[in-house]
Amino acid sequence: MYVAVKGGERAIDNAHRWLAERRRGDRAVPELSVAQVEEQLGLAVDRVMNEGSCFDPGLAALALKQARGDVVEAAFLLRAYRTTLPRFGYSEPVDTGAMLVQRRISATYKDLPGGQILGPTFDYTHRLLDFCLMAEGEAPAPAPEAPPEGDGTSPHVLSILDREGLMQQEEPGTAGERTADLTREPLLFPADRDLWLQGLSRGDEGFLLALGYSTQRGFGSTHPFVGELRMGEVAVEFVPEELGFAVELGTVPVTECEMVNQFTGSRSEPPQFTRGYGLAFGHAERRAMSMALVDRALREAQATGEATAPAQDQEFVLYHADNVQASGFVEHLKLPHYVDFQGELENIRRLRAMTAGESNAEAAQ
Amino acid sequence: MNGTDLTQTRRRWLGVLAAAPAGALADAWAREADAPSMRFLRAPETGLVMVRGRMGGTGRRFNMGEMTVTRCAVVAGETVGHGYVAGRDKRRAEMVARLDALLQMDGRRERLLRELVEPLAAAQADARATTARKAAATKVDFFTLVRGEG
Repeated sequence: MYVAVKGGERAIDNAHRWLAERRRGDRAVPELSVAQVEEQLGLAVDRVMNEGSCFDPGLAALALKQARGDVVEAAFLLRAYRTTLPRFGYSEPVDTGAMLVQRRISATYKDLPGGQILGPTFDYTHRLLDFCLMAEGEAPAPAPEAPPEGDGTSPHVLSILDREGLMQQEEPGTAGERTADLTREPLLFPADRDLWLQGLSRGDEGFLLALGYSTQRGFGSTHPFVGELRMGEVAVEFVPEELGFAVELGTVPVTECEMVNQFTGSRSEPPQFTRGYGLAFGHAERRAMSMALVDRALREAQATGEATAPAQDQEFVLYHADNVQASGFVEHLKLPHYVDFQGELENIRRLRAMTAGESNAEAAQ
Repeated sequence: MNGTDLTQTRRRWLGVLAAAPAGALADAWAREADAPSMRFLRAPETGLVMVRGRMGGTGRRFNMGEMTVTRCAVVAGETVGHGYVAGRDKRRAEMVARLDALLQMDGRRERLLRELVEPLAAAQADARATTARKAAATKVDFFTLVRGEG
């Protein structure tokens, strides 16, 4: 247990002034603007918005600048800020089928209606450092364009399997259904899928990645396929009480992943494919894919009533996914624990004295 | 226009205005020099809306994460204008609310739809089309050659 301490104001103040100096870095180098962070470090901004659980690119960019690029600290800042704002309500569920697609690929079907769209991707780059980016050059030319087939939207790939009845159907939503909200109620077990999807949505990307990876390596048997990975803008609609009808607040970019897994059937269900689902703000493929793997692992455990691997253990996954909570508890170890430690020190001294006493007694015999 | 049509039209203009650049909204308001005086029913206020998704894209709802939203309400006589916009720009929410009030007035609606809402909607459709064209330029046909390991 840590103890309350007093004093040290001047040292703390000076430490923070030094932090500000460090944040600014060499004054001979131009200062980074928040707009530059937002525009040019967009994927870091996306990660902070996901883990901070608040879509606002400007605030996430500010948090990154303030946190000197530490994404977990930045997510913490964003979470802290959101607690100062009133909650207006819940949006209508976003319709990812109506997404204006920038990227959309499937590893299960080569020829899809609407086609494989690579979009702005790191895939197929050579991962060689590009020294041109170190030189101040001209802005790159605008991306090439080609005539699209339709209006820029595409049907979900898995609707093909759905039509054949080979895909486990999603339970349809109902108007009055209750949806768990981690920000309003405590995390209780057993958790249902709505609760764990919310927990994974705001979870640490590294933790989700490691858990997803573990399911591939045998800790929770999955042989997943990327049924579809898509990224683009979706409209967010909200029904203000005073209006009584849905209005569009704007669009947000999201990444969605549907992982497909074989299920050999049970007494009550025929052999079919089941899915894991991942959804994230911005362009966040690793996150959406990892989330989908973990969702599938948790679904398997829920269906069989048996959790044999860490990724299938609800409590393990959901208690440890949140990096704001996790870093809070780990980093609190830096706070003064003087009294606790003094107690342990005395205990160790007493034990050693007792052992020494016994040895002396033995030697005397 | 009957009630249902008006609601549909209003839904559309509120969406178009919410996505419009702040400058375009401010300019449009400045052009309405003869607008009736308005007072705040609710001063611009920033808050959060919890964004929801559906499991598998089509199933039950779940809460994904919040977004910042700014709202404002103004009143001109009997007419109440509302503005709901993504983000924290209070001025933008106020402009949407003021223009929403004007768009509900029979004497102004047709002209404002024609001169303000439709051009904004066309610009937004253009931006969508540009994205769709860039995406189309990255469409690939993979040829299956040899089975990869894994």
